[in-house]
Amino acid sequence: MITLATAARILRQLRHDRRTVGLLIVVPAALLALLYFMYDGAPAFDRVALVMLGVFPFVIMFLVTSIAMLRERTSGTLERLLTTPLRKLDLLFGYGLAFGLAGAVQALVAVAAAHWLFGLETPAGSVLVAVVDAVLGMALGLLCSAFARTEFQAVQFIPVVVAPQLFLCGLFVPRDEMAGWLQAVSDVLPLTYAVKALAAATVWRDLAVVAGAAVLALILAAATLRRRTG
Amino acid sequence: MDHAVEVRNLVVDRGKRTVLHDITCDIPTGSVTGLLGPSGSGKTTLIRSIVGVQVIKSGTVTVLGSPAGESALRRTVGYVTQAPSVYSDLSVLENARYFAALHHRTAADAERAITDVGLGTAKNQLAGNLSGGQRSRASLACALIGDPKLLVLDEPTVGQDPILRADLWAQFHALAAAGTTLIVSSHVMDEAGRCDRLLLIREGRLVADDPPAAIRAAAGTDDLEQAFLTLIKEASA
Repeated sequence: MITLATAARILRQLRHDRRTVGLLIVVPAALLALLYFMYDGAPAFDRVALVMLGVFPFVIMFLVTSIAMLRERTSGTLERLLTTPLRKLDLLFGYGLAFGLAGAVQALVAVAAAHWLFGLETPAGSVLVAVVDAVLGMALGLLCSAFARTEFQAVQFIPVVVAPQLFLCGLFVPRDEMAGWLQAVSDVLPLTYAVKALAAATVWRDLAVVAGAAVLALILAAATLRRRTG
Repeated sequence: MDHAVEVRNLVVDRGKRTVLHDITCDIPTGSVTGLLGPSGSGKTTLIRSIVGVQVIKSGTVTVLGSPAGESALRRTVGYVTQAPSVYSDLSVLENARYFAALHHRTAADAERAITDVGLGTAKNQLAGNLSGGQRSRASLACALIGDPKLLVLDEPTVGQDPILRADLWAQFHALAAAGTTLIVSSHVMDEAGRCDRLLLIREGRLVADDPPAAIRAAAGTDDLEQAFLTLIKEASA
């Protein structure tokens, strides 16, 4: 119950911020359009755009969630919530539900644009993979916000968390052409599996890995929430 | 139960500095206790220890018979932080309804709490668009919804005009008459006279723990501000 009330509260906050809602929905589709015109019919577009369907929701939700959670901390609402009957997981799953839903809308729009406007061959599970990617970004955002005291620090976590995953996911250099140790690093980064799920046939196993990483990040985030502080 | 809160030999460090030195005091049930002292004296740290969000070094804090911060107390202790902690991008009513849901109360309870703090006409405004005084009343409303047995208010009257301040104090006494225990911190001395009991704290040490009349008598003056200055001078002498 409290989880649902928390999710509803977060969605109400979003609703009051129309510009953010607009940006959330439009930006991934607009970036896909940019890629489409950039590649100008070259076959590489299909491969890159497919990967981006997974990367955009991940990055955007990571950013939105880490800022949202940081606001809870700095405004004192987090400390206040932790003095109420709310359980830590109520808060985290509340965020998960609310931003998962926002991510679903975003993914639907992006996949629909890719499919119908830009003629991309989108596998059947694309929307689901994109939503799970959004949830992963959100979960990592919640976790990282625990280590950020200021907005400046929170923003610095974007390159730290996102860039290595993007570089090593196989988009720029195929994974089997990388040095062994880079492959090993790539193997433990969840975004690798998100990209694999979009590109290959083994969707369910890769999707399960991504979802598992998201749940793990949520549990770790719960462990970093302290009711008592110095 | 005579005492809603019992603090025994409480020591709190923040960083390398000791903020509270061996505080021992009792807060009687159904009273309004004022926590007074200059800024930086440790008022908020004592309040946070009572609410159970402060890491303490030694000593005990017992609230309504349980150790401070016990999960059962989260239903019975209301806490209003110094900076109004409401969601600035939600309306007053949406804020109140969320806190009502956290305490398993209804939307009607949320409306009642808003009316009680005099925000009935502003209930659909975003909290971020309210004046400072209105926002801290919105924050107070969110704490009233759960009908707490202990209500801890950190400087609730800052930024309120004199009429509203009088209204708030009348409300505090009405709550106390109904059995709620209130702890109200303030650095405004003219509010001290409205409390049943006063804790005066300075540099992390308790300087006085008495009803206002006893403090006036001890210092030999009717003016509480003057009385505090006298007590502080005696304590540091």
